[in-house]
Amino acid sequence: MALSGMRGLSVFISDVRNCQNKEQERLRVDKELGNVRTRFKNEKGLSPYEKKKYVWKMLYIYMLGYDVDFGHMEAVSLISAPKYPEKQVGYIVTACLLNENHDFLRLAINTVRNDIIGRNETFQCLALTLVGNIGGREFAESLAADVQKLLISSSCRPLVRKKAALCLLRLYRKNPDVVNVDGWADRMAQLLDERDLGVLTSSMSLLVALVSNNHEAYWSCLPKCVKTLERLARNQDIPQEYTYYGIPSPWLQVKTMRALQYFPTVEDPNTRRSLFEVLQRILMGTDVVKNVNKNNASHAVLFEALALVMHLDAEKEMMSQCVALLGKFIAVREPNIRYLGLENMTRMLMVTDVQDIIKRHQAQIITSLKDPDISIRRRALDLLYGMCDVSNAKDIVEELLQYLSSADFAMREELSLKAAILAEKFAPDLSWYVDVILQLIDKAGDFVSDDIWFRVVQFVTNNEDLQSYAAAKAREYLNKPAIHETMVKVSAYILGEYGHLLARRPGYSPKELFTIIHEKHPTVSTSTIPILLSSYAKILMHTQPPEPELQNQIWTIFNKYESCIDVEIQQRAAEYFALSRKGASLMDILAEMPKFPERQSALIRKAEDAEVDTAEQSAIKLRAQQQMSTALVVTDQRPPNGMPAQPSIGPLSLVKVPSETVDSQNPGDQGLTHPNGVVYKEDPQPPSQDIIGDLLGTLSIEGPPGAVAQSPQSATYEAEGAPSAADAAALVPVGEESGSVQPIGNINERFYALCLKDSGVLYEDPNIQIGIKAEWRAHQGRLVLFLGNKNTASLGSVQALILPPTHLKMELSLVPETIPPRAQVQCPLEVMNLRPSRDVAVLDFSYKFGPTMVNVKLRLPAVLNKFLQPITVSPEEFFPQWRSLSGPPLKLQEVVCI
Amino acid sequence: MIHFVLLISRQGKVRLTKWYSPYSQKERSKVIRELSGIVLNRGPKLCNFVEWRGHRVVYRRYAGLYFCMCIDEADNELEVLDIIHHFVEILDRYFGSVCELDLIFNFHKAYYILDEVLIAGEFQESSKRTIIRLLSTHDSMVEMAKEEATSIGNMIAQVTK
Repeated sequence: MALSGMRGLSVFISDVRNCQNKEQERLRVDKELGNVRTRFKNEKGLSPYEKKKYVWKMLYIYMLGYDVDFGHMEAVSLISAPKYPEKQVGYIVTACLLNENHDFLRLAINTVRNDIIGRNETFQCLALTLVGNIGGREFAESLAADVQKLLISSSCRPLVRKKAALCLLRLYRKNPDVVNVDGWADRMAQLLDERDLGVLTSSMSLLVALVSNNHEAYWSCLPKCVKTLERLARNQDIPQEYTYYGIPSPWLQVKTMRALQYFPTVEDPNTRRSLFEVLQRILMGTDVVKNVNKNNASHAVLFEALALVMHLDAEKEMMSQCVALLGKFIAVREPNIRYLGLENMTRMLMVTDVQDIIKRHQAQIITSLKDPDISIRRRALDLLYGMCDVSNAKDIVEELLQYLSSADFAMREELSLKAAILAEKFAPDLSWYVDVILQLIDKAGDFVSDDIWFRVVQFVTNNEDLQSYAAAKAREYLNKPAIHETMVKVSAYILGEYGHLLARRPGYSPKELFTIIHEKHPTVSTSTIPILLSSYAKILMHTQPPEPELQNQIWTIFNKYESCIDVEIQQRAAEYFALSRKGASLMDILAEMPKFPERQSALIRKAEDAEVDTAEQSAIKLRAQQQMSTALVVTDQRPPNGMPAQPSIGPLSLVKVPSETVDSQNPGDQGLTHPNGVVYKEDPQPPSQDIIGDLLGTLSIEGPPGAVAQSPQSATYEAEGAPSAADAAALVPVGEESGSVQPIGNINERFYALCLKDSGVLYEDPNIQIGIKAEWRAHQGRLVLFLGNKNTASLGSVQALILPPTHLKMELSLVPETIPPRAQVQCPLEVMNLRPSRDVAVLDFSYKFGPTMVNVKLRLPAVLNKFLQPITVSPEEFFPQWRSLSGPPLKLQEVVCI
Repeated sequence: MIHFVLLISRQGKVRLTKWYSPYSQKERSKVIRELSGIVLNRGPKLCNFVEWRGHRVVYRRYAGLYFCMCIDEADNELEVLDIIHHFVEILDRYFGSVCELDLIFNFHKAYYILDEVLIAGEFQESSKRTIIRLLSTHDSMVEMAKEEATSIGNMIAQVTK
């Protein structure tokens, strides 16, 4: 074979293989590298053959994991060798050693271009392969036109054209502008008539990339895709060499169906009918067989067909057929199929009407949570998380908790976070929620973030009927000999606040509470001590009449910490000590914590952020976003008496939704949930969004929700119970709840955040959320405004006007007058910058909800820095410039004393 | 799309790496280290997919060699598994029941063959016959160039004699 003749290379490989240990190997490799380096230095005496041999050696050494920081130039220079053997080596090694950002590649552009436009077919192939594998932006700009020509040329052989198709795909990914939509759409459709299946496969990949960005331009390709799929699925006129284990090119089938998933729908009834016939055939005609490769191939096609059926939102009958298939899959022995069954079931959840059928498989899914394969366990967890709602939350969460003790470490964090979120979102009653979180802290304290226990404290504080229950639970956990520090924190806090409610029960006297909390004191870290001190102060305050012995004990502790090096501890100790001597004022200052203002769960927010982060441009994700709103309407379990219009529920807008759920389940208890007797004005606006509304708002809009007004710091502060202005401020919204719509979060902060990133929330209030996603390219930008209606009623008289400063040219596409309930509208906005300026464009946005007209003026984050572009400057160019800046006013210097 | 292809032996030796997304040298070594840790430690009879840093890695073991390909979460995992097997079948046909040693001593061939199967991280050709035919054409071109070189060398030698 070809190595005959490259004896040096074989010998070297054998040598390396014969090395006894890593050290020997390193020595041998270093020796060889030294050798190659010297040979490259006096390049003159190097024959092309030798050069080729050394370049191969370099690649081998590089593959072994050693740093090869020289010789790149030699590899690149081989590209311009006149003969095929050397040229081939140059191309292959360059493509392996360098990535698209490497400077040397630029040197090769011309040679590569000459090979592409030259007449030598073999050279064309080599060049197209290199560009396809590592071509970057610059390649895209200088070569795309030539590559396109090759792809559509009638004189080129298929072997060149299929490479050209994929090469163009790469260039398009690097710079979408290189494909001119107007001219290319027809060409693309013609390419789909291609007879050669190799070229067709590559062209189909290209089409997938094109339609994923812009399906509208490529409508004409849709019927052709369906035809291709029909031909393949019926195995009509497919050459033998293009079948794989008896299946006509599974790859082409998969790609064709993938392309179809980017078209929102198939309108033409004939096309639609034939497509469904084919899909039906695939769904029904796929059996599990013995040959694993045949199985893989047929199921690759089957799963893609499932995805397409889901996308097309087929009739219910076909959907239930799909769910039935998936139900079969999650129980089979073949692990790949089980894995994909679970994964596709999760995707299926996005489709309406099938949740109930999926729920029938709950037991089987829970079994998969104990599968020996972690990949499968992860899928099962995801699915359980997705399918959880009020009806099955109890079962699922308890199952997760049980699994938590035996789960591997890699999964515990995710598991506990998911359990906490589900418990909060779907708690059938709040005491259950408290139970779950306490169990969670008990079993996996290390993985329970502060957010989780802050949240429990908020719920307990805001729901008086929960307080004594929580105190009793906390007391129970403290009885355990060893508990997690987070448990100490939460128990101490709850007992400090509400322990006195149980003072009459045995074991709950102030003295006993103090003793049991203080027992944990030696084991905790400094972050917990302030909480303990607050608890002690509260216990002391609740001890009526005072017990001198307890008082002395607690004072001793305060005294001890008065000289603590930690400022927080020291301050608390000193202040509590002083306060506790003042008697009456102690009662006021240490009175029970006021209710927390309603805020979105930090947890849910975090989970959403994570989902947004991983959002990718893919058929499935896009679809998920499109369908999110309907999915949520279905899972919205809010009962009729939770509707905003009911005045009695008014105060509940201050409390989180789980309490609404409680109410709705035990309507008689309503009075208990808000017994504080405050009379609230009936609010013409619906209460601030509920959790489900939150979820809709932020998930459907791609930006992470702003976290300004609800920053974690403020949560920490309040939860720790320090008497502070923040507490007083926290009460304000209660008193001031007025008829006007208040924005959620700080508009300014949101704007500033968006100046630095390209997607996020621009504005949010109880009715609407406006998200922004932006792309910038040189002096142009494209923003998309996502207007999401959070309500179950439409928003009317929607108006968006752009007030651009003189330096910006802006064009906003049509904004619909009404936004349907729970829907999201996307409005693209084109921006062009004419000259630098610090002025900011303003969006004048208004809508009408019920009788209320809302108008806001929002600054748009099309600021100067978005139009800046990095440039590369060589030291030769930079330093003369830098040095020319001499003396004031261009250069200022000042010595500052610190 | 496929972001990269890795061939790793059971002992953790790298036999082939091909990167279709830009990774720096440092990232490349890190990826190899992390993934060999995950993939080599998986037991038999588990599924062929691993979730890794928001991506999926599809792998399959052939004798002592693991073929791994990293794809996006939304991609079709089984399709990629088919690509792996297709690639192995081509190697097998080209080398004549391929073994790890073939790939060690002819690693450059393996790169070349891979380039006929994948470009830009996308699948290129599903006909094994077409690929094998192409490979042998190119091999003969290399041979011819060599013979030419030797015959020219002989001529020069004769002239200068």
